[in-house]
Amino acid sequence: MTEKKEQKESYPKYAPGTHVHDKDIYERKITYTWWEPEVQYSWSLGPAMSRFLQELKAGKIIGIKCNRCRRVIVPPRMFCEYCYGPTSDWVYLKDTGTVETFSLSYLDADARRIEEPILIGVISIDGASPKHGFMHYFGEMKPEELKIGMKVKAVWKPENEREGSITDIKYFKPFRGGEE
Amino acid sequence: MKDVAVIGAGMTLFRRRLKETGKELSFLAAKMALEEAGIQKSDLDMVVMGSAPDAFDGIHMKGENLIDGAAAAGKPYVRVFNGGGTGVFAPIAGWWHVASGVADIVMVVCEEKMGSCYPHPQTAFRHIWDPIIDRPLNPNLIWLFAMEMNRYMTVYNIKKEDIARVAVKNKRNAVGHPCAQLADPNITIDDVLNSEVMAWPVQRLDVSPPSDGASALIYCSKDKVHQFTDDPIWVDGVGWGIDSTMWTNRDLCFPRYVATAAKMAYKMAGITNPPKDIDFAEPYDPFDYKELHHMEGLLLCKKGEAPILTREGVTQRDGDLPICPSGGLLGVGNPIAATMGQKVCEVYWQLAGKAGKRQIPGDPRVGVGQAWGDIMQMATVIVLRR
Repeated sequence: MTEKKEQKESYPKYAPGTHVHDKDIYERKITYTWWEPEVQYSWSLGPAMSRFLQELKAGKIIGIKCNRCRRVIVPPRMFCEYCYGPTSDWVYLKDTGTVETFSLSYLDADARRIEEPILIGVISIDGASPKHGFMHYFGEMKPEELKIGMKVKAVWKPENEREGSITDIKYFKPFRGGEE
Repeated sequence: MKDVAVIGAGMTLFRRRLKETGKELSFLAAKMALEEAGIQKSDLDMVVMGSAPDAFDGIHMKGENLIDGAAAAGKPYVRVFNGGGTGVFAPIAGWWHVASGVADIVMVVCEEKMGSCYPHPQTAFRHIWDPIIDRPLNPNLIWLFAMEMNRYMTVYNIKKEDIARVAVKNKRNAVGHPCAQLADPNITIDDVLNSEVMAWPVQRLDVSPPSDGASALIYCSKDKVHQFTDDPIWVDGVGWGIDSTMWTNRDLCFPRYVATAAKMAYKMAGITNPPKDIDFAEPYDPFDYKELHHMEGLLLCKKGEAPILTREGVTQRDGDLPICPSGGLLGVGNPIAATMGQKVCEVYWQLAGKAGKRQIPGDPRVGVGQAWGDIMQMATVIVLRR
C-alpha cells in the first residue's frame, strides 16, 4: 500500500497560466481592451426605511417592534425576518448606544491609503433589543480611546443641513453619565 | 440518493493578474481535471459553473460568457454563486446533479478574474453594501472583516499574535503548492504583526490577496465509478446555511450559520464527534482570523479555543488536526470561487494520497472543506471520505 502511494505523482501536476503585472498593461506590453461603465441608480426606499430616514431628518432614531418575538428592531423593516410576520408598532429609540465593535481604517472606499484613520463601528442603540443597531462613524475622541462596550451618543448635523440620510448623524461621540 | 465519487481535479496558477481570459483559465483547469479522470468532454453529462460577483470580471451574467471554456457548449449547464461561499457551493450543486440520478458524470468548473477590475477589485466590492444605510458612509469591504475580527478578539480575549500564527502556517504550507501566489518559507509572526495596518486590527499580512484563477472537479456516480478507479473518494455529506443580511443585528463573535451548514453535512456523513471523526479540514481563510472563526463554526473545537490549538501546533500539517494543508487562501491565493482548488480539490488530493509535498502524514480518511461569503452570513460545507 505504501509503495503504491510513493509511485503516485504530486497533484496538481503543473500550474498552467501566464502571470502579468500592472505595468505590463500601463506600458502596453500586452494586448488588452478597456471599458469604463457609466451607470446610475436611484432606489425608492419603501415604507420602513423611508420612515426611518424621515425621522433622522427630524433628529430622531426610530425602530419597530415584532409582536411575535418581541424584538425592537433597528434599522426597521416591514416584516420580521425570523418570525416572518409583519412588524407593527413604531418605537422611538434614544440617540445613545454601545459600541459593539469598531475598526480604525487607513483605507478609503477604493482601498487607497489615508493618513488619518476613519473611526467606524457598529453601535447598538439604547431602547432597541440587544445587539440591534447600525454602522456609523465615531468622532470627538482619539483612536486609542475607542473601546468595545463604550457608551456613545449621536452628534447630529444642524437641522437645516439634514436631508433624510444616515449621514444626518455626523458621528457618535463618547457619552458620559449625566450629559445631555 | 446515489453515492457520488470524485475522480479528477485541476487548477491553474493563482496570480494577481493572469494573461489568459476567463474562458481560457476555465479551459486550462478543466483540461487538467479531465486528464486526471482519463475522460473527455464527450463523457460529461452536465457541467456546473461557479463564479462569484459579476463586477470583478466586468461581464454581466458571466456564466454565459464562460460556457465554452467550461466544456459546457451543447450540454445542460448552470452557473451558481453565493459570493465567497461559491467555491464550495458549486461542488455541492454538482453533487446533487449526480446524487439525484439526473446525471452520471458531471464537471464543476470555478473561475474568477479579479485583476480585470481597476483600480482595485475593492472598488467593485463597494456595490455589495446596502445602498440605503451603509453605502452613504463610503465603506470599504475590509471594514466588515476588521469589525468582525475585533469583536471575535475582544469577546474571547484573543491576542493578535495567536491570529498571526495562522497566516504564518498557511503561507509556509503553500510552499509545496505549484499554483501558490504568496508562499513564504521564512515568514514569521513578527512579519505579520509589523505589516502595514489597513483597517485595525486587520494588517496587510492578515489578508489573502485578490487573484485570477480557475479550478475544476469531476464527479462520477457509484454505478460507473469502477470504470475509472478502484479507490474512489466519496462525497459523504454536504451542507449550506445563511443568516440574515442585517449583520448589525447579530453578534459577530460566532458564525452560527457555519454551524448550521456543518451540522447538516455532518448528519449526512454520520459524523457525531467532529474533532475526533474528522482527520483534517480546509476552512475558508481569506483572513487569518477567519480560519479560527470557522474552525469554531465547524465545531472542530469550542468557542475561543481555535487560537489555543493553533498555538499548540495541533493545526500544523503534522499535528493532530491539520488545518489548511494546501496553504489556504492566505498562501495559495483568493480567486473567490476558484478557491474550490484549496477547499475541495485539495481535500480530494489529500485523501487520494496525491498531495506530494503537501501530503498529510498518517493516512487521512475524512476531510472537510468549507467556504464563506456574502455579508458575513453564508456558509457551505462538504465532507469527503476515502
